[in-house]
Amino acid sequence: MVQYSNTRLDASFAALSDPTRRGVLEQLGRGNASITELAEKFRMTLTGMKKHVGVLEKAGLVATEKVGRVRTCKLGQHGLADEATWIDLQRRIWDERFDQLDEVIGELKLKEPHNGSES
Amino acid sequence: MDQRVSEQATQNHTSVERTSDRELVITRTFDAPVSLVFEAWTRPELFMKWWAPRSMGVPLRACDMDVRKGGKYRLEFGQDEANTFAFFGRYLEVLPNARLVWTNDEDETGGAVTTVTFEDRDGKTLLIFHDLYPTKEALDEAIAGMPDIMPEQFTQLDQLLASLGRG
Repeated sequence: MVQYSNTRLDASFAALSDPTRRGVLEQLGRGNASITELAEKFRMTLTGMKKHVGVLEKAGLVATEKVGRVRTCKLGQHGLADEATWIDLQRRIWDERFDQLDEVIGELKLKEPHNGSES
Repeated sequence: MDQRVSEQATQNHTSVERTSDRELVITRTFDAPVSLVFEAWTRPELFMKWWAPRSMGVPLRACDMDVRKGGKYRLEFGQDEANTFAFFGRYLEVLPNARLVWTNDEDETGGAVTTVTFEDRDGKTLLIFHDLYPTKEALDEAIAGMPDIMPEQFTQLDQLLASLGRG
């Protein structure tokens, strides 16, 4: 479960590392759009946009559906909005933050010898 | 709640939990007396050394803290002056070596109130970081809001991603 969640988190971050893909997410937040429309909007080739949408889809941030010859894109249900993923991200941030705090406290301990324990 | 939280935090393990519709609680034990841990949270020059996770690659550029009831704080993140974003608020309560309460005012729609408590555990410190959001919707939004996040914060995500990708 945790493993799955981490993998998905990484995929989400990878998907979000590109400005076009973030733009696409913002755009889809305003309403569904076809790949052609997105390609036009972002002045990109169809192939290029397909690639971006593919990365977003893999990360679960976008879902697509083909109706006739048009592939429509919408925001995925398992985007970053997922609570477990968000909690996981928080844990990563706080883990690192607190490890750094440990270092700072370690330095303080050396500098300021305390008069015994408080217990 | 304290009992449960303290059990989880026995082994210098960071616990992150949504404890209710409106609350997020993070706990960790530090191998140092309360006074030292409190110092690291209230002296800007120390706080700056640890608050920004290094893997994000976006340092804290400035940190002003007027640590007393009603005093203001302001944290400024960024690579350079042109690209900064700030977190700010004021202290509602300051109890030396025991408790800090502050507002998070950068969120216009109603930010959380943060309470940090420092508890002595046989010479070690149990730290409890508690965010209380004004409504369930506000916390839901914080969770769901990542796609709406500010562009500057995306930069931060990019950096985080880069380091996570290597792992």
